[in-house]
Amino acid sequence: MANSHDAREATMIGRRTDGTIVRRPLSPHLQVYDMMQMTSALSIMHRITGSAWAIGLIFFVWFLAAAASGPDAYAGVQWFMGSFIGVIMLFGITAVAWYHTLAGVRHLVWDAGYGYDIPTTYRTGWAVIIGTGVMTVLTWIVAIIAWAS
Amino acid sequence: MTEHQSRLQTPLGRVRGAGSAKGGTHHWWMQRVTSLSLLPLMIWFAFSIAAKAGAPWEVMAEWIGRPVNAVLLIVLIAVGFYHTASGLQVVVEDYVRPERAVMLSNLAIKAVCVLLGLLAALSVLRLAI
Repeated sequence: MANSHDAREATMIGRRTDGTIVRRPLSPHLQVYDMMQMTSALSIMHRITGSAWAIGLIFFVWFLAAAASGPDAYAGVQWFMGSFIGVIMLFGITAVAWYHTLAGVRHLVWDAGYGYDIPTTYRTGWAVIIGTGVMTVLTWIVAIIAWAS
Repeated sequence: MTEHQSRLQTPLGRVRGAGSAKGGTHHWWMQRVTSLSLLPLMIWFAFSIAAKAGAPWEVMAEWIGRPVNAVLLIVLIAVGFYHTASGLQVVVEDYVRPERAVMLSNLAIKAVCVLLGLLAALSVLRLAI
């Protein structure tokens, strides 16, 4: 029953009153809990966007390394970033980055001890979702104006 | 009270030699500190780079190499990769099993973050100096 290679398993094993061993339930219980509530959905999204942004950093490093290598290497980055896949990917990273940033601010406010009541939690949740859309579009308006000029 | 119970450490923690709670609150605190400093850096970088969309190499290389931009970029790289490594560490700790795989994954993540961070920082320095 227990995974002998993992000390964390020790806290997951309990005993019933008759002495038989039982595996303690996980929290949040994956079958019982409704994961598609605003609160849990945004929490999961914070993790997903953080992980996606970590992968997106590879393009940030590639961009800087190519710029330092010279015009030829930089032309390769420019070609990729301007391609169909490149633009879709950059747009995705922009949205992911703004979501993680705004949701991060929401977390910092919670850490400071504010905004824990349910109505405020939902309001700040919607603010993060709408803010992500607004900031992503705003960033791309700036980029498209710069590109066109 | 027996001798080992007088410590502020669980018997399991004592056996594993990892202290009461490993790094205590240091990891949690550093994630907050780095996120706070990344907030203005992220806003600055996102709009600065968007305003340079499609710029030729000469313009971009000159912009990266300006002293203020280069310093801000290097801070962004250092704090950004620190935050990334500590964030991914939590994800790995939550989902990866057994503990040996957790340790190896986190060492690999730290190695990649250090290497990519140094590569990015060196690139900025090369354009700045």
